[in-house]
Amino acid sequence: MKHLTEYRDLEATQKVIAQIGKTATRTWKIMEICGGQTHSLVRNGILQLLPETIQMIHGPGCPVCVTPADLIDQAVALMEKGVILCSFGDMIRVPGNRMSLLEAKANGGDLRVLYSPLEAVRIARENPGREVVFFAVGFETTAPANALSVLQASKEGLQNYSILVSHVLVPPAMEGILDDPFCQIDAFLGAGHVCAIMGYREYHPIAARFKIPIVVTGFEPLDLVQGIYHAVRQLEAGEYRVENQYTRAVTEEGNTAAQQVIQQVFRVSDRKWRGIGTIPNSGYAMRPEFAAFDAEQKLDLQQPSESRENPCMAGAILKGQKKPRECPYFGKECTPRSPMGAPMVSSEGACAAYYHFAHQ
Amino acid sequence: MKDPTLPETIQLGHGSGGIMTRELLDQIVFEYFGNPLLDRKHDGAVLDIPGPVAISTDSFVVSPIFFPGGDIGDLAINGTVNDVAMCGARPRYLSLGFILEEGLPLEAFRRVVQSVRKAADAAGVQIVTGDTKVVEKGKGDQIFINTTGIGTLHPGANIGLERVKEGDSLLLSGPLAAHGMAIMSKREGLEFESEIRSDTAPLHEIILALLDRFGDKVHLLRDPTRGGLASVCSEIAGDAGLGIFLDETQIPVDSQVSAACEILGLDPLYVANEGVFCAFVEPGIAAEALALVQDHKNGRQAALVGNVTAEHVGKVVMRSTIGGTRIVTPLLGEQLPRIC
Repeated sequence: MKHLTEYRDLEATQKVIAQIGKTATRTWKIMEICGGQTHSLVRNGILQLLPETIQMIHGPGCPVCVTPADLIDQAVALMEKGVILCSFGDMIRVPGNRMSLLEAKANGGDLRVLYSPLEAVRIARENPGREVVFFAVGFETTAPANALSVLQASKEGLQNYSILVSHVLVPPAMEGILDDPFCQIDAFLGAGHVCAIMGYREYHPIAARFKIPIVVTGFEPLDLVQGIYHAVRQLEAGEYRVENQYTRAVTEEGNTAAQQVIQQVFRVSDRKWRGIGTIPNSGYAMRPEFAAFDAEQKLDLQQPSESRENPCMAGAILKGQKKPRECPYFGKECTPRSPMGAPMVSSEGACAAYYHFAHQ
Repeated sequence: MKDPTLPETIQLGHGSGGIMTRELLDQIVFEYFGNPLLDRKHDGAVLDIPGPVAISTDSFVVSPIFFPGGDIGDLAINGTVNDVAMCGARPRYLSLGFILEEGLPLEAFRRVVQSVRKAADAAGVQIVTGDTKVVEKGKGDQIFINTTGIGTLHPGANIGLERVKEGDSLLLSGPLAAHGMAIMSKREGLEFESEIRSDTAPLHEIILALLDRFGDKVHLLRDPTRGGLASVCSEIAGDAGLGIFLDETQIPVDSQVSAACEILGLDPLYVANEGVFCAFVEPGIAAEALALVQDHKNGRQAALVGNVTAEHVGKVVMRSTIGGTRIVTPLLGEQLPRIC
């Protein structure tokens, strides 16, 4: 764990923070895309250590936050039909329109919380008489493993395994945020884990078109302040390039083997983002040749219902237009215990991160 | 070892109260727990204990029942021994209740009973009354155990939430999260260079030594089991109407445990411990108390990790390794792993 202590070093981190302070001559608004980065910024108390000139805006990169409520409803309906529903742990407390997966479990549903979709394939193998569905949420980071689970099930000829696909993609979301006329973001910290898979080729046109610096950044305290420092240096110099702070994990072309697996199983499609709406070409759907492993096509799923009226301002939070504390419900009606929206549930959600860790 | 009259698995009849129950008790339970009080085979035990008396009860439902560093048997003893010790008492007598699931291999039961015996001997406590029930397959999970412990209060002890004061030092007796991560690593099939082992251990000898030496200067004792240090501190801050400050750089966590937490997306502050306590002590004795704890084999890595403050009342604030601060909130439900 050498990297852990190295990138959590007090002196090194504070040195970079001082450099940021010296370099920034005006206020800069920088968005970290990924919820993991938000979590780390707040958990390590970095927000209070940054100079006042740097305002961090928290981005939409929390997969469970942007998974539409009607997909949760579909997962709940599957559990009610007796399906073994497998999910990552983050997802299970997120409220759907009717209930969360955890509530469906309390009502007698069979929910398995897993770390890997390959475990779901094992469960399907061991329960040939039952339908097993993996709730495949996430950005490009979880897509390769989810795709692999389909390939594995296909190879084994399993007929009782499918995935409920809710994959979203980072670059279209960045473009969506930048296209918004109210957008005030000066620079992006790119999501390091996503880029470890996808590389950062697709970010060059975004940086050029919107004249905005994008710094691919890791998750440890030193990574984050270095990413911010690179962004500020570009901004002060009037530059807008793609830079890679996270060189120990990310290359320009990314993990090509993982990309191939994704392409083999998924195709790019429009996706609905919770709190934001439908963004064209912003997600993955199953390729027709794997329809047998697509829960939506295979199992008779109800048409997504209209989401109920909810005063949660998740959309504005996810686009960085509002801070959690600007929400009138924050910490009052809306807490991790009784969340009104997804950003209060996931540990990567901006609201939950503020609720749990930030005290100023 | 096989017993001629016992089948290889637990059956419903073993909880019937009839001959099968008697065979199970005679051949396994009483074989390991012979003592004058239990040997009377009465409905309960009559104890002669000088007061005041501390009592605590706990149920154990851990899965898997065998894990690196221990099993549900020694956990059931150490857990209750420690709860009694946290009252400032010397644990003396324990009750022992088993709920067994039909189909449990008898060998597994025997192993657990042996382990209970070994842990009880190590802690110097006697099992004086017990109960065994069997539930249908699928209605339980192998073995559940309940233990209740009784102990005599140390004459110098004056432990209580109301005694926690501004300025108190917070002493932590050992590295965090070993128990929870031993269980998680086993469940998730994670392997490390060396196995992560549960820290399950009796703590009363250290506690009694602290009380012998410092008496009422020890204000509050807690063992951060489920919910971890974060939940214990949040609870105390809220209930005592004071703030607690933690220094992350001082909190011991073994590197393998820390690595496992990173991999599974868990925060060691929230992970269960079974062989660690925290003590709120007068600041004047903190250094000496630390030295005393470090002299014990279960306290070698003890550290002073924080203090009580009149600021941020009701909240726990931790200074991070890079000098920022954050709030530490109590655990809500199960700690959920992050996905990316």
